[in-house]
Amino acid sequence: MTAPSKEALAKLTPVLTKRWLAPDAWTLKGYERLDGYTALRKALKAHPDDLIALVKESGLRGRGGAGFPTGMKWGFIPQNDGKPHYLVVNADEGEPGTCKDLPLMMADPHSLIEGAIIACYAIRAEAAYIYVRGEAVHAARRLRNAVGEARAAGYVGQNILDSGVNVEIVVHSGAGAYICGEETALLDSLEGYRGQPRLRPPFPATHGLYASPTVVNNVETIASVPYIVLGGAGWFRTMGTEKSPGPKIYSISGRVNNPGQYECSLGITLRQLIELAGGMQPGHQLKFWTPGGSSTPMLTDEHLDAPLDFEGMQGVGTMLGTTAVQIFSDQDDVVYATYRWIEFYHHESCGKCTPCREGNYWMVQILHRILAGKGTHEDLDTLLDVCDNLLGRSFCALGDGAASPVQSSIKFFKQDYLDYIEGRRAPMLPPAELVGAH
Amino acid sequence: MPFSTETQARAKEIVGRYPVGKERSALLPLLHLVQSEQGYVSPEGISFCAEQLGITRAQVAAVASFYTMYKRRPTGEWLVSVCTNTMCGVLGGDKTFATLSEHLGVGHDETTEDGKITLEHTECLAACDYAPVMTVNYEFFDNVQADEAMALVRQLQEGQRPSPSRGAALCPLKVMSIQLAGFSDDRPEALEGGGPGGPTLAGNRLAEQYGISVAGFDPATPIPSQADREAKK
Repeated sequence: MTAPSKEALAKLTPVLTKRWLAPDAWTLKGYERLDGYTALRKALKAHPDDLIALVKESGLRGRGGAGFPTGMKWGFIPQNDGKPHYLVVNADEGEPGTCKDLPLMMADPHSLIEGAIIACYAIRAEAAYIYVRGEAVHAARRLRNAVGEARAAGYVGQNILDSGVNVEIVVHSGAGAYICGEETALLDSLEGYRGQPRLRPPFPATHGLYASPTVVNNVETIASVPYIVLGGAGWFRTMGTEKSPGPKIYSISGRVNNPGQYECSLGITLRQLIELAGGMQPGHQLKFWTPGGSSTPMLTDEHLDAPLDFEGMQGVGTMLGTTAVQIFSDQDDVVYATYRWIEFYHHESCGKCTPCREGNYWMVQILHRILAGKGTHEDLDTLLDVCDNLLGRSFCALGDGAASPVQSSIKFFKQDYLDYIEGRRAPMLPPAELVGAH
Repeated sequence: MPFSTETQARAKEIVGRYPVGKERSALLPLLHLVQSEQGYVSPEGISFCAEQLGITRAQVAAVASFYTMYKRRPTGEWLVSVCTNTMCGVLGGDKTFATLSEHLGVGHDETTEDGKITLEHTECLAACDYAPVMTVNYEFFDNVQADEAMALVRQLQEGQRPSPSRGAALCPLKVMSIQLAGFSDDRPEALEGGGPGGPTLAGNRLAEQYGISVAGFDPATPIPSQADREAKK
C-alpha cells in the first residue's frame, strides 16, 4: 500500500465530517464546545431573505442525488401566502452504495438540527420533519435524543433564543421502502399513505406536505448550511468547482484497502479517491464502478480521471448521484452484479407505473436466465428494449435508475453477457431461484 | 380491545405529534406501535390503527402491506437480516444468508419452530463501507462473514445477546418497535454505545495524519444584506 499523492491529499476537505472525531460530538455539550449553534445565533440576526441569497450565492447543490441548487429551491417557496410552510429532511438513505447520512446523524446529529432550524427560519417554516429510514434505529435514536436536548436548551420550540422564531422538529421513522427516498413518495409516506411518487407539477415548493409549500432536502445538504452561514459563500466556493462548489462526502466501498467516508473537494477523480482509500486490494484490478449508487450508470477503468462532480459525470454519460462510489474488480461478475441490482429495483418498485413494475419483473427473469446458462442473443435486445421503456417513461427516478446498470453493463461489458449466452462461461445460477430472489 | 392502556396512551401521544386535521401522518408510527405489542401487524392491530385515525381497515391494510418492516405473521424475538444487495452479496452476504438459512432451517421471512429467530435477506442497509453487514433487530454487525454470522446466531439461540458493532445493546424486537414508533430509548447506556468505526473516520484520520484542514474559515464573515448585494452590483 503506497501513500496517497500530494494531489490526492490536497483534495481532502474535512468540514462536515470534522466533528466526527470528537467522541462526544453527538451530545449537546460536545457540540456546543465545538462551536455548535453559533451559526444559528448568527443566522437569526440576519433577514431570512439574506439567508436564502447566501445559500444561492454559495452554489450549494442538493446532496441527495439530483444536485438541484438549494438556494433556488428555497427561493421557490411563495412568501406571505398565508399557508404553513414545511421543511422535510430526507434521511431515508438507501440508494445502494450510499452510506454517508447515517454516520453523520450518528456522530453529529446536532449539525443537522441546527441546519434544519436555519432552513426553517429562511423559508418561514415552523415545522420540520426528519424522515429517517426505518432500519436506521441507531441514527434515529441519537437524532431523537439530540432534538430533545436542543428543545430543552431553547434551540427548538417556541421563541428560539428569544428571537420570536418558532420551529418544531419531529423525527419520523419510515418502515422499509427505498422508494420513500424519492421526495414526493416520501411526502405521501409522511402523510400516512403508501409511498408512491406524485405527478409533478405541482412541485413540492407549492404543493408539498399537506399540499403546502415544502422544501425537501437531503441530510448532507442541510448539514452544510451552518458552515455556509459561518464561513460565508466565498469560503464555501474555495472548495469544489465553479459549478459544483463545496465539500462532499464520498463513500467508497468494495475492493479498496480502506473503504469509508472521505470528505473531499467536489471534482476529485476516482484515481485520487482510490489513492486516499489506500489503493485497490491486493490481487484486484478495477473493472467497474458506480459514481453515485446503483442508479448511476457504471463506469470502467477508462474513467479514472473524470472529475467526480455534477458536470464531470454528466460528461461521461453518467451522474454524480449520491457519490456512493462502489468499486468492483476483475474478480467480480458484472452480469451477476447487474442481476442483483435489478432484483433490488424489482423488489422496491412501488407498482404505480407499468414500465417500472413490469419492466423490472421481466428483467429479473431474463438476467436470471442468462446467469443460468439459458440465455439467448435476443435476451440482450429484450433487456435493452425494456430499458428504453423504463428510461424517461417511468413515473419517477426509480424506474429511470433501474435502466442504468443494465444499459451501462451491456455497453461496456457485452462480452461478459455473451460468455454466458454462448457457453464459454459456466452457469452461475441454478435454474431454480437463488438466494436473494424475491 | 386487545391493546394495553400503555399502548393506547402512546397512540394518543403519536397522533398529537402531527398537525390537527393531518392525523393520518401518525399511521406509520402507529403500525410500529402495534408491532411493539404483538410482534406483527395483526387484524386487531389494523383495527386499532383505523380506530385511532378514523379511517377504514382497508386503508390501514393497504399501507401496512406496502412496507417491508411491517410483518404480516408473528416474528421471532430476534430478526436476523442479512444484506444481500450487490456489494454485501458479492463480499460474502450471499454465502452468509445461505449458511444461516441451512442452519436455522428457514428461508427468507420465515421464523424458526421455537419462535425465536426470524431470518430475512434485506436490500442495501446503507453501510457499504462496512460490507458485508447484517443486523439483529436492526442493530448493525459489521464486516460479518458466514462463520461469524453463525457464531452470532448460535449465541442468540443460547439466550445470549451479542454486542453490535455500532449502536446500542440488543433489545427484543417488540421493545425496538417502541423506538420505531418515535419514543426515546430509556436505557441510559443505549445512546453511548458504539462509537464510529474505522471506515466512518477514514478520511478524517488521513487528514489528521497529514495535517490537512480547510483554510480561510472565518466564522465572523458577515452575511451580506440586500443593500450589500446591491452595492456590490
